Amino acid sequence: MDVSRRIFIRNGVATLTVGVAAPSFLTAIAEAQGIRTRNLVVVYLGGGNDSLNTVVPYRDGAYYSRRPSIAIPAGQVLQVGTDAAGNALGLHPRLGGLLNIFNDGRLAIVQRTGYQNSSRSHFEAGDIWGTANPQSTTGPGWLGRYLDTLPRPLDALAAWNTTAETPRALISPTSGVPAIPNATTYSYASPNRGTAALQERSAAQIMASNPASGRPHLAFVNSAALGAIETLDRVALATAYTPTLVYPNNGFGQALRTVAGAMVRGIGTRVFWLSTGGYDTHSGQGAGGGGAYANLMGTLGDGLGAFYGDIRNQGLLGDTTLIVFSEFSRRISENGSGGTDHGAAGVMMVMGGGVRGGLHGTSPVLTPGHPTLENNSGDVHYETDFRSVYARLLDGWLGVSSVSILGGDFRAGAPAIF
Amino acid sequence: MAQIRPDIDHLLRRAGFGSSALDVDIFKDMSVARAVQYLVDYETHPDDVDERIGRPDHAQVSSKDNFAPDIDIEDARQRWIFRMIHSRRPLQEKMTLFWHNHFATAYSKLNADSGNIQGAKLLAHKPGTLRGPQGQIELFRQHALGNFRNLLIEVAKDPAMVIWLDGKTNTKAKPQENFGREIMELFTVGVGYYTEPDVYAAARVFTGWNLRGSDNYRQDEYGDLNAYQEFVYNADQHETSEKTFSFPIYSNGSHTIPARSESAGYQDGIDLINALATHPETGRRFARKFWSFFISDVHPPDPAFIEGVAGVYRQSGTEMRPVVSYILNSSWFNDPAYRFVRYSSPVEYVIRSIREVGWQNFSVDKARSPLAAMGQQLYEPPNVAGWPPGAAWISTGQFLARANFAATLAASQKEFLGASFSSDGSSPQALLAAMLERMTPAPFDPGPQQALMGYLGGAGSWIGSGEQLDTRAAGLARLLVGSAEYQLV
Repeated sequence: MDVSRRIFIRNGVATLTVGVAAPSFLTAIAEAQGIRTRNLVVVYLGGGNDSLNTVVPYRDGAYYSRRPSIAIPAGQVLQVGTDAAGNALGLHPRLGGLLNIFNDGRLAIVQRTGYQNSSRSHFEAGDIWGTANPQSTTGPGWLGRYLDTLPRPLDALAAWNTTAETPRALISPTSGVPAIPNATTYSYASPNRGTAALQERSAAQIMASNPASGRPHLAFVNSAALGAIETLDRVALATAYTPTLVYPNNGFGQALRTVAGAMVRGIGTRVFWLSTGGYDTHSGQGAGGGGAYANLMGTLGDGLGAFYGDIRNQGLLGDTTLIVFSEFSRRISENGSGGTDHGAAGVMMVMGGGVRGGLHGTSPVLTPGHPTLENNSGDVHYETDFRSVYARLLDGWLGVSSVSILGGDFRAGAPAIF
Repeated sequence: MAQIRPDIDHLLRRAGFGSSALDVDIFKDMSVARAVQYLVDYETHPDDVDERIGRPDHAQVSSKDNFAPDIDIEDARQRWIFRMIHSRRPLQEKMTLFWHNHFATAYSKLNADSGNIQGAKLLAHKPGTLRGPQGQIELFRQHALGNFRNLLIEVAKDPAMVIWLDGKTNTKAKPQENFGREIMELFTVGVGYYTEPDVYAAARVFTGWNLRGSDNYRQDEYGDLNAYQEFVYNADQHETSEKTFSFPIYSNGSHTIPARSESAGYQDGIDLINALATHPETGRRFARKFWSFFISDVHPPDPAFIEGVAGVYRQSGTEMRPVVSYILNSSWFNDPAYRFVRYSSPVEYVIRSIREVGWQNFSVDKARSPLAAMGQQLYEPPNVAGWPPGAAWISTGQFLARANFAATLAASQKEFLGASFSSDGSSPQALLAAMLERMTPAPFDPGPQQALMGYLGGAGSWIGSGEQLDTRAAGLARLLVGSAEYQLV
């Protein structure tokens, strides 16, 4: 299948791409699954996002009294109206990119999402959001179980993880997900050039195809090796994509650009996983709407704004849903370090061409003693079970039974995001 | 060449970073028990590795004029890689890596707090030329197989840790929970054995545990290299009321640290650390971590192992040397069924491959970026929990980064590999046999073996010329080191 051969020399090491003719870049499998398939882009805010500074209840006096140094001044917020309980809300001033999407009616803000007895441990909570089971932090994830429903053989790029490690949500015993943290260096290097290098790559592929019966751990490593070799050329196609507008020159922005490239090139990927970190803001969040947290918001809002504009320009908005979540939110009152410690319920966001935008659910009222709070009014109590948002995505967008994938019926009380 | 004996090779892969040619004479006639003793009693071998930086017959460091591993984080990374390749005390370096993961502290936050130079110094300063306390990694080296309780006290006072988990802002008016939480969740008992109120109480326990800068300390990178930060107990910032926990603090069963005066309040922290270090779950938690670190990622921890390790930990009074000796001499460790059932971490993989393939004219600087791409940049763990062990190391992108490092290493050793196999170059079969003798991958099934032979056969008629040997030996090294089999240790 190698129509052209290109070899790049970098640092004395040959980087080798087996090029393929343009019309055949879709594998038969991806073609059979249809390139204009709906996809889901998942954005994880690592560390526990401070949702009260993301979607600000700027008329709640307790918000300002409990956050004397880190509250966002009311005059700076990007107003998005009032929710069903009459709470006036505004986005962080650096989320201008999201405000445009909100005003297009394509951004749903789901307030107070979480679960009973919210874990305050990053790792336990992250696993709970992954398994979609507060009682279990191990085993397959909810997206892994979704991938298990897709026809076999599963295309090696049915899901695409842009982080180095496979998150719990994507773990599946039968559906491997490639991890492609840096698509531009996702290539095969050899100490040799020419025929010797091509023969070496071919030998590596045969070696990785060994079923390794009796050694499942070796078979597992082989599956990663084979997954790499088999996806190299299509990833290179996505990387070569020229977007319709400029993405921010940071890791998150460039990962979104690659996702858009994969979608435009029709790679056939159903689920993309992205992460942007730094949200564990125990100290120095920043005052007056600026500082470290504002930079996080800028990265998020600018990146998503570019992505939305690009896929809209490409006519792919109707195929795309993107969700944003974090493992927990943060404590209501600021600590002595100008930061916030681990809290409970937070905000999810859902964006896409088929999404019913607007404010879903109700904001907490931060006056101590209010029933929207928990933990001696230290934290926000959840209103919407996060699994009911998953259920909507599964039933209403991906078209599979949420009851079987989530192992329970969470459709009741789900926000009407589609 | 580097294969010694299967039981010794296994021990050196797990308790060190694999065997180099230099190890053959040391270990070839040793029993496993004797070799364990050799590794565990590492003080009997010279700690001369840093003196050998820059010497011939060693890996190189970057050719910058001023190699400054005490104050430059990139140089600190190179020094550590060099140590792992060349130390005469491999288990000390292996345990240092274990503690770096256990007390995972990232340079990026220290740098943001204190600047480049002070950030590097906080982690990597080796006392000698500059003033100030030793860096966190030197602390881990010092206590590599020491007493855990003592190490935990030193870590709680370690300036890098105080910055990392926000102890600097832990005041009596606003107790800061970060360190109080992690000392229970990650450093000792683990989730399930403490409560949220325990977190708040622990935060109050450590109020006043803070830092002070030396007179010449300024928070920027152009400051005096001899400036430093050191631990101080700020009595007037200590919250003096009593603190009650869900677990016993004292041997009489009391759960409550008594109210103390400000000046006596430092003892609160010592009492809590004593309780946590000797808590029964701490020994079990170490046992589970050591199961993955030394025994297996494939088999679930054997309950008898967990209780055995926890028992040694308890009986020895939280001493680590007896614990690790017990593990390395155990029936689990020495059962051949437990060979090649761990996924090597990127650092283990890179160091072992350098030791087995060769380091001539190879600068360890070339390993830094690949290690980051594989997911393990030294001094930059992803979060407070450290790097997740085992299967999480293996994904397509990370595997590709490993295989591509194998290409970089093989390219650097091309002519040396060709020359070293010149006497084995009579046939492809002889070359493959010699190369497999030098490396220690998990056994290859017939399919991969045929692929390796097929690769050598691709050279056409075998004449064993220098060029043919250089090319095919390097390609073969790339295939072996970049194989799935080689990722297992």
